Amino acid sequence: MIIKLSGGKVYDPAGGIDGKQQDLYIRDGRIVDAPEPGAKIDREYDLKGKVVMSGAIDMHTHIGGGKGNIARILLPEDHRMDPVHRTDLTRSGCGHAMPSTFVTGYRYAEMGYTAGFEPAVLPINARQAHMEMGDIPILDKGGYVMLGSDDYLLRMLTAKKDQQAINDYVAWTMQAAKAIGVKVVNPGGINAFKFNQRKLDLDEQNSHYGVTPREILQVLATAVKQLGVSHPLHVHGCNLGVPGNVNTTLDTIQGIGGLPMHLTHIQFHSYGTEGDFKFSSGAAQIAEAVNRNKNITIDVGQILFGQTVTASGDSMRQHANCKHASPNKWVTMDIECDAGCGVVPFKYKDQNFVNALQWAIGLETFLLVDDPWRIFLTTDHPNGAPFTSYPHLIRLLMDKTFRNEVLSTLHPEAQKMTTLASIDREYTLQEIAIMTRAGAAKLIGLKDRGGLTPGNWADITVYTDNADRQKMFEKPDYVFKDGEVVVIDGKVVHTKWGTTHIVKPDFDASVEKGLKDYFDRYLTMKLGNFKIGDDEIIENGRGSLTVHPLVPN
Amino acid sequence: MTEIIEVPSPFCGIGTDDLAVQIDGLSLKVTANGCAVNTPAFEQPITDTAPRVAGKIVSLQEAAAKAAELLQSALQPFIGGCATDVNGMRALLALADRSGAVVENMNFPAARNNFLALQDSGWMNTTLAEVKNRCDLLLVVGTDLEVFAPRFFERYLWNAESMFLDDTSKRSVIYLGKAPSGNASTSPTGAKAQVFECASEDLPEVIAVLRALVKGRPIHAQSVAGIAVSDLQSIADALKQATYGVVTWGAAALNFSQAELTVQTLSEMVKDINDMNTRCSGLPLAGKEGDQTANQVCGWTTGYPARTRFSKGYPEYDPYLNDSRVMLNNGEADVLVWVNAFNVNSVPPETSLPTIVVGRSGMTFSQEPAVFIPVGTPGIDHAGHAYRMDNVVAIRLKKLRESGLPSTADALSAIEQALKEGSV
Ligand SMILES: [Zn+2]
Repeated sequence: MIIKLSGGKVYDPAGGIDGKQQDLYIRDGRIVDAPEPGAKIDREYDLKGKVVMSGAIDMHTHIGGGKGNIARILLPEDHRMDPVHRTDLTRSGCGHAMPSTFVTGYRYAEMGYTAGFEPAVLPINARQAHMEMGDIPILDKGGYVMLGSDDYLLRMLTAKKDQQAINDYVAWTMQAAKAIGVKVVNPGGINAFKFNQRKLDLDEQNSHYGVTPREILQVLATAVKQLGVSHPLHVHGCNLGVPGNVNTTLDTIQGIGGLPMHLTHIQFHSYGTEGDFKFSSGAAQIAEAVNRNKNITIDVGQILFGQTVTASGDSMRQHANCKHASPNKWVTMDIECDAGCGVVPFKYKDQNFVNALQWAIGLETFLLVDDPWRIFLTTDHPNGAPFTSYPHLIRLLMDKTFRNEVLSTLHPEAQKMTTLASIDREYTLQEIAIMTRAGAAKLIGLKDRGGLTPGNWADITVYTDNADRQKMFEKPDYVFKDGEVVVIDGKVVHTKWGTTHIVKPDFDASVEKGLKDYFDRYLTMKLGNFKIGDDEIIENGRGSLTVHPLVPN
Repeated sequence: MTEIIEVPSPFCGIGTDDLAVQIDGLSLKVTANGCAVNTPAFEQPITDTAPRVAGKIVSLQEAAAKAAELLQSALQPFIGGCATDVNGMRALLALADRSGAVVENMNFPAARNNFLALQDSGWMNTTLAEVKNRCDLLLVVGTDLEVFAPRFFERYLWNAESMFLDDTSKRSVIYLGKAPSGNASTSPTGAKAQVFECASEDLPEVIAVLRALVKGRPIHAQSVAGIAVSDLQSIADALKQATYGVVTWGAAALNFSQAELTVQTLSEMVKDINDMNTRCSGLPLAGKEGDQTANQVCGWTTGYPARTRFSKGYPEYDPYLNDSRVMLNNGEADVLVWVNAFNVNSVPPETSLPTIVVGRSGMTFSQEPAVFIPVGTPGIDHAGHAYRMDNVVAIRLKKLRESGLPSTADALSAIEQALKEGSV
């Protein structure tokens, strides 16, 4: 069966196409070359005047795993404001800040997204992350496994194990947890919190292990690179939310010595200490450092105003911030000598100086970083705002007048502390397509996704061009997933199951000797029962695994 | 005859996964690391292998069709028990969504004590490996821990080695409320737990005073519910002096009215201690008969714990109104579906309503249900996933034998399919 998409204006940065009118053909779920003249076209969509992009990819969104489910259970009052009815096609659930799994899939698809990646998969909680993502329809998914506060790695560092041994452990963990990347959260800080340390600077030692965050970043970034994992080490840095942390972030960039590194939700790590309130924007310095260091990629973690919930692996910083919980209830957990988590509901207010400036810092970062291939559109869902606010965020980026209108309504002191009003840049459609499609696929290392040239999977979103970019991006005309129409006019018309993207870096089998001994002595589970089998993802015909290639060194 | 080792158990809640089980045809024998909870649960023989409608043997399809017919004509179905694995819960919630049922996990009356505290103020909790390696003081509140989980102490407190304690036998154990029924809490070197007994229903008062003492508030009374205030002061001091204290309670054992307030006081006390320059964590006990599993899957599917109704076409959580006892007694439900794949003794509550049972083979009834579908047990008859008490670790359950019994998910999906076909 051949499907023809006729006459749309195609924005495909991966294929080097910038708004050119052209036809696309789909067969067996993939984009194919134009068939021989006279070949039977089974279905044709007239897309004249429409904007065509590949399906969007959210490279950092908390959609699977224990802390998200704690956030759900914690906030029944939030769900009650946004109940979601079942239909003949779709399951019921809840929406707003931390939607139920089925609703997550529907709402992402209804915005033109076809993939989402959970960035904080605790090895010991990876089963849950995959089970939750296994209940998210339509989307492809994957996860970055969290290391850096696990006692096994810190013991290795204290014992001065060599880089090769660490590489084996990282590769083994990625395979055991079925991951496509590696993340580190407050490097060593979650562990230090268990030893009653309440802060941990880049060069501050863990009181038990004597290891510093800088050392952890170095060995993990090296491991990821040497293993040939495409996605660079995904870093949630030290001192999240602390005024003055811009210096920590700059030092982190400098200190990694040219290794590939992704700094996530950098907005939360770009704060200075100037001004009457001792809180200021470090976005310009960060953007300058990012522009200069080509090994660095970032996502923003934009905050938008309203109620949300923050769910993070960073138990240390979440505990420090629990006094800001709104409503006033919060959870932290120490987890299995592996990691931790903290869940703090949060209400960002436009008349609050700090929140207003956080909003401006995120936007300054977007607008001051030159290369859209190295910056990604995120709200760190749900931490900065729920993912459903993306169309609004896109409008803020593409429409200077609108942006300045919103700015003029914020806390007046915050307006004085931002250069935002003087920044003229407006993102183009092609730049949006880079940030949310081609760039994301490239960063994660997704083969045959994020592009529209023949050979790619047919994940395609079609929009009606509209000067109001929010309206345009919140209601695509069509969304195709693997060549099947799943959304028409912003509503799900068909559901299916996406695949789980992983990589399988090599390791020396002898790594299990030390691990088995460690599991038997100190953990609560047998090594063999820890590893996630392929069958756990693909049973019931709901899921599949897609293994992506490694990058030769 | 074969033997399978490193078998995980879904029964005890503490995630033991070192059992050895000998398999001889359909009969199982736990040959290593059994306990009073796990061994009988694994060794329970299979009896029924065929579904019944009104006592007559039928095929799974016929049973599913009859169940669907009952659900189709019902105004308000109720799905109780909810004791199964992750896939079983997925199918159960799909059926509930389609039939507009109310869903309740059988342990919810106990779990509510925790949920109400969690949803009002939250908590700081920990998991079993942290206990195993860090805990230097365990305070057990109102619960006979070794009856709840016979191997808790052996596995998580008296383990030979830990990463951060030089000598695990030097850990302190304090019981407040209920006294232990055995000696599992006695350390390998013979040190006995300290025990401060009081009646369960006096715990709210005792815990309130303990928290006040932790915070340094003056208490003028000399004793509370028979416990000397000086003893409570010593517990408060011990918690503050511990490097990594752990406070544990069984929500089911706190079987007095408004026990959620006691859970909340304990949880807030743990938070207080974390602001006094040391660490302390809570550890709620649960994980029996799929309760954590039910609440986790219901959580990600609906946003709410497993006492949720679908009758309006979307999930609505109400920890009081959706109570099976209330609904069944008041005639607010007209069909009961009872699901328990773990425990043959956990039969549906007595009711005159037409009842559909999806139950572990071996279940017997004083009154034959309208439909009975005997199912296999997760972790014995089919693979699956179950959550441990600490609610973070999902264990991968193994298939141990070829019984041919359908899984809970098979049975409930068949009913949902029949309902779907019947409604178009
Ligand atoms: Zn994040």
